[in-house]
Amino acid sequence: MASLAAQLLNGVQYGLLLFLIASGLTLIFGVMGVINLAHGSLFMIGAYVAYIVARESGSLWLALPAAVLGGVALGAALERWLFRRFYDRPHLDQVLLTFALILLFEEGRSILLGNDFHSVPVPPVLDASVPMVGGFAYSAYRLAVLTVCLAVAGAMFWSIERTRLGSAIRAAAEKPEMVDLLGLDARTIHLLVFAVGTALAMLAGALSAPLQSVYPNMGNSFLIISFVVVVVGGVGSIAGAFWGALLIGVVDTLAKAYLPHGAGLAVYLLMAGVLLWRPTGLFARA
Amino acid sequence: MTETFILSRRTFGAGLAAAAVSGLARPALAQGAPLKIGLMLPFSGTFASLGENIAGAFELHLAEIGNRMGGRAVQIVRLDDESDPSKAVQNANRLVGRDRVDALVGTVHSGVVMALVQISRERGVPLIIPNAGNVAATRELCAPTIFRTSFTNWQPAYGIGRALAQQGIKKAAWVSWDYAAGQEAGAGFRDGLKSGGAELVKVLTLPFPETNFQPLLAQIPGLGVEAVGSFFAGGGAVQFVRDYASAGFRDRIPLVGSGFLTEGTLGAQGSAADGIKTGLHYGDGLDNPKNKAFRAAFRDKMKREADVYAVQGYDAAQLLAVGLGATRGDASAEKELVVAMEKARIDSPRGSFTFSPSHNPVQNIYLREARGGENRVIGVAAENLADPGTGCKMA
Repeated sequence: MASLAAQLLNGVQYGLLLFLIASGLTLIFGVMGVINLAHGSLFMIGAYVAYIVARESGSLWLALPAAVLGGVALGAALERWLFRRFYDRPHLDQVLLTFALILLFEEGRSILLGNDFHSVPVPPVLDASVPMVGGFAYSAYRLAVLTVCLAVAGAMFWSIERTRLGSAIRAAAEKPEMVDLLGLDARTIHLLVFAVGTALAMLAGALSAPLQSVYPNMGNSFLIISFVVVVVGGVGSIAGAFWGALLIGVVDTLAKAYLPHGAGLAVYLLMAGVLLWRPTGLFARA
Repeated sequence: MTETFILSRRTFGAGLAAAAVSGLARPALAQGAPLKIGLMLPFSGTFASLGENIAGAFELHLAEIGNRMGGRAVQIVRLDDESDPSKAVQNANRLVGRDRVDALVGTVHSGVVMALVQISRERGVPLIIPNAGNVAATRELCAPTIFRTSFTNWQPAYGIGRALAQQGIKKAAWVSWDYAAGQEAGAGFRDGLKSGGAELVKVLTLPFPETNFQPLLAQIPGLGVEAVGSFFAGGGAVQFVRDYASAGFRDRIPLVGSGFLTEGTLGAQGSAADGIKTGLHYGDGLDNPKNKAFRAAFRDKMKREADVYAVQGYDAAQLLAVGLGATRGDASAEKELVVAMEKARIDSPRGSFTFSPSHNPVQNIYLREARGGENRVIGVAAENLADPGTGCKMA
């Protein structure tokens, strides 16, 4: 039982990190209709930003705001000068654009920083273990990541459900024409959604840098699993991304622990099952 | 002097003759064209520093023996294999077909080395493997012309398993990536434990190169084991050692590993690695004159400290020099070359070693303890250990 409790905690922590990535993905797809394959690369860039800032300044605390602000700037720039021109074009063009971005980001990373693995030290304050049941201890940094992810999720729910801007974003995701009818500026909303989505992916990358090292193509596996989260939760739904991410995180972790040879398959079987039962995902509004 | 000595091994008379006229005889022995040796190694990418150290140490020994092997001037042809298996066959063919090298030395990556093994088997070009540890190259795919101066994945893990059993540990678990190298090392760990009466009770794996170790670590306290063995390298090793430390049972259930767990990674692992014991055929503080001389010479040439990879490259040059010495620089005299290399005793910085029937080093696996950024040798985990060479049939 102790082991199961520890595994559940692992699953929740992994799931919350997935939520940061998947929420941006689902918003960008929901509002703009763009499948952003480069979202995993943004995660990778966030991790490298954390690596560089932590190396130069000696502190991960500076790296987190750097990743968030850098993400807002990068996301806004990408939307303003690239993605905006692609909203009215076929999905294939959009996929080609985002695929090209993956190649550009990875090659740029290779030229500027090389192809080595790098590790990022955990901040000294959090470099400790918190004893749990059954002789297992949990790293304080992981608990901090869990807390930060929960706080971000709470802030997102609040701003999406309770603010005017949030209702505009929800409107944009569900009935784009409503936005125009209400006299809101769709372009501002697009810019904002893209900037926030990018910042979340980069924050997730920066947070996971000390957890899993920093290395080339590190975003790929997260991109695929995040798509699974978006599909399971329902495209465009923040609540769907949240519960989908927790579900996928827990199922993946338990499968890795108890069915090591079927672990690669478990989340995809889950996705297939959800799609058979509710083809639009768990939280999609019909 | 080395040259004269090697020649005299073949026939005493020829040795005397060569010694007597060594200055004059050289142009005749050189047979016109220089001897070409192809170094197919990673000079870019993740393993670039390994490739550079192997090549640097190979050339260091070559310079020590006057840039000649078997009396012929040596020309080195370097080729960057990028550790890319998809380009391996093409690269190996380029060295043998276009550059017409007489002997091959390579490589680091276990997938890439298979192309070299293949070409050596087909074309009879002598191959010396200065790193890649996949067991196949000196087991089922062994061949007379293929030698290894490094290790098999089985060897270091066997050593640490044996050392654990001898310390009185009865039950241990194994953690690694689910790929060939991890499985081969796991088999070595199991066999090593068994040799001392201990048992491997659980194997935990995750897909390569994932680094989410949490689901595996959470199971360890419940297994009832007294130690955990592991095989990881590079960034994965850094992460695993740190995650193991923060999981909090390091003092009760010590972590050990095949030497690569703490090789070149101690800086990044920091205090999380302190006290970790590993098995490897080389380590810091090996007190023998050859090692001291080698490390000083390497530092002089490369402006950095030597490591296990450099030792393997240095010994590849020593072995090739023995083989070519016996054939007076004729790499195509396969039989004589192979017999001489099989009988060779290499005076290595790791301590002297010989070769098993499957052409793998019979060597000490040292017990090392990580402390203060060093993998200090604290004993011998397995003395003169040979890979079992299961399935090797020399043609």
